Amino acid sequence: MEGTSRARAAPPRVGLFVTCLVDLYRPSTGFAAVHLLEAAGCEVAVPRGQTCCGQPAFNSGDAGTARALARSIIDRFEGFDYLVAPSGSCAGMIRRHLPELFAGDAGWRERAEGLADRTWELTSFLVDVCGAPAAERLRGAEAPRGVRRATYHDSCSGLRELGVREQPRRLLAGVAGLDLVEMPDAEVCCGFGGTFCVKYPGVSGRMVSEKVENIAAAGAEAVLAGDVGCLLNIAGRMRREGRAGRVFHVAEVLAGMADRGIGEPAVGSPGTTAAGGGSGGGSGRGRAPER
Amino acid sequence: MIPESHRFPDRAGLALADEGLRLALDRARQGFIGNRRKAVDALPEFPALREAARRIKDHTLSNLDLYLERFESQVTASGGQVHWAADAPAARARIIDICREAGARTVTKGKSMVGEEVALNEALEEAGLEVVETDLGEYIIQLADETPSHIVAPAIHKTREEIRDLFAKHHAPLGLGPPGLGNAELVARAREVLRRDFLRADVGITGANFLIAESGSTVIVTNEGNGDLSNTLPRVHIVIAGIEKVLPGYEDLCTVLRLLARSATGQEMSVYTTVSTGPRRSADLDGPEEFHVVLVDNGRSGMLGGEFREMLRCIRCGACLNHCPVYHAVGGHAYGWVYTGPMGSVLTPLIVGLDRAHHLPNACTLNGRCEQVCPMSIPLPSMLRKLRARGFERGLGTRTSRLGLAMWGFLARRPALYRPVAGAAMGVMGWLGRRRGAFRRVPLAGGWTAVRDLPAPEGETFQRAWRRRGSGGR
Repeated sequence: MEGTSRARAAPPRVGLFVTCLVDLYRPSTGFAAVHLLEAAGCEVAVPRGQTCCGQPAFNSGDAGTARALARSIIDRFEGFDYLVAPSGSCAGMIRRHLPELFAGDAGWRERAEGLADRTWELTSFLVDVCGAPAAERLRGAEAPRGVRRATYHDSCSGLRELGVREQPRRLLAGVAGLDLVEMPDAEVCCGFGGTFCVKYPGVSGRMVSEKVENIAAAGAEAVLAGDVGCLLNIAGRMRREGRAGRVFHVAEVLAGMADRGIGEPAVGSPGTTAAGGGSGGGSGRGRAPER
Repeated sequence: MIPESHRFPDRAGLALADEGLRLALDRARQGFIGNRRKAVDALPEFPALREAARRIKDHTLSNLDLYLERFESQVTASGGQVHWAADAPAARARIIDICREAGARTVTKGKSMVGEEVALNEALEEAGLEVVETDLGEYIIQLADETPSHIVAPAIHKTREEIRDLFAKHHAPLGLGPPGLGNAELVARAREVLRRDFLRADVGITGANFLIAESGSTVIVTNEGNGDLSNTLPRVHIVIAGIEKVLPGYEDLCTVLRLLARSATGQEMSVYTTVSTGPRRSADLDGPEEFHVVLVDNGRSGMLGGEFREMLRCIRCGACLNHCPVYHAVGGHAYGWVYTGPMGSVLTPLIVGLDRAHHLPNACTLNGRCEQVCPMSIPLPSMLRKLRARGFERGLGTRTSRLGLAMWGFLARRPALYRPVAGAAMGVMGWLGRRRGAFRRVPLAGGWTAVRDLPAPEGETFQRAWRRRGSGGR
């Protein structure tokens, strides 16, 4: 931690901003995030009443709704040392854009800035804030079964708003039995773009089909990313094209909790049921801090 | 050119179905991106230059009146004339007047995007003038009766086969057979035909990449030399330029020039950088007898005082287009007007009106690559967001998307309602999708499932599972 003495005195208190997509779609990512944060020596809480970071409203020009959601996030999270989200997109929204929403309101702007400064995307928090000793403790997770080669897709907001690029790759280098291979154009948008993907499906479809082609070109058996939005888009397109690759949030692989990939059946498929599958994938282990 | 930007979805659909276009865009993108990367990597001071150029432009825009007036007085001092055009009709009328006063019949043109913006060619032709575009790309699209699809490479959407066929058709009346398919053969043919036009033109019209206030000069950068023939051979040279093109002096020009070609094509410098100052002087061997500069506002002074001021820093290098995944997917014609890609998605609504171009700021994933490569550090994503906010205020956009957003916002602001509703929906979807893992079709999610499956959720929400596992206190 920033100042080891402080870390010894009291573990940093992290409020996990689950994100709406992880909450609704991919609880496994949330449990993996908790596991990683606790293993890195943090005390993790999940403040009640979380919904969304407000980005869909903000990016649609509805500042009023975005501001209302921003206030509720500030209320719920400003008591923590850090806000951490398993998403570059939501963390980028809070870190880069929350203060913009209160341009004309000094009181709220100050609170928004205070929270923005303490907001982190998960992998960059683990590497840049928790530091080398903590990152060292995260090494040694086993690669998902059947996956030797994986490739990492750089989500746009994480990469360009928060500078998340090396951190996930560095952490993935510590996963036993996993080769990280780079795909062509890893940093090019997958075509998700929030509401963009449903407003302009044709354009979005072309973009994601190119992404899926690049994943295949890298010879990767799995694609990993730090944002469930991109992953749903990529997994959905892979299923539509009948491609075999698997799709995981990077946190699930780092935590050794990657059982059922996104878009894979919960029942009736050999190999997934045996691992416990379903929403219970990785359950329990996420509650076992390795301090 | 009449804006067709409101038809973006239809035009994008046509573009996506065009395999030839896909090949052309793929080839072009690889070249542009790779060449720019190499040029930028080879210049360690690129970031410092970028910062210096931003400051130069910001300073100039803050003192735009001063520099424009200085520019005008220097043009006058060197024997030329400046004309102020508040909008597109004024620019067209002024240029037609100059041509008429010169008794012109034939006009050669160098590439000018502001010329396209004010629809100059159509107006000149209606006034009875013969207009010949002399930039190879512009020449090709003029023959094809199309509009530019890229601000730097107007005919980037055309394959060589299409160009050969166009030349064969249009050059037959000149007694020329179909040219060969090689680049050199196509270029040689265009040169041969255009040479005749250069020699008989009465007026040459060029754009300007920059206007230099300290000397009253206009500057163009080209790779073909066609601009030089357009501004030296005819009796009259007319420059058309937006008011934001002015720079204080040559020092500033040198800084910005070092960014322009590297960002546009990956060249250190364009092949020709040509400075025009006034008409021919008595000792000059060539040059026009008259030198006119038409300065076009057309909405720019409105941008100057507002939240889109930074857009006026744009030097039209095209780097944002070349790195835009949406542009790469659909090409320039989908955008429906002169300016395309990210810069076009900001400029078009500001010039033609948001109600006629509402799709453009929305047809973007806000991935931020454009801002990353913009040599003038224009915050394009945040400008697109501001335009979306204006659209939202005015109630633009489809009813379905507005209704969907409103319903989602209503729920997201009420966690006590959101939790059970979302929880029940995920429970049902998780159960229905448990065997296949993904849905091919989902009611009300046609936009998603048109091109991809919808992965099934795991079933229970994270927050519910977390509380159920007895972590309620945390």
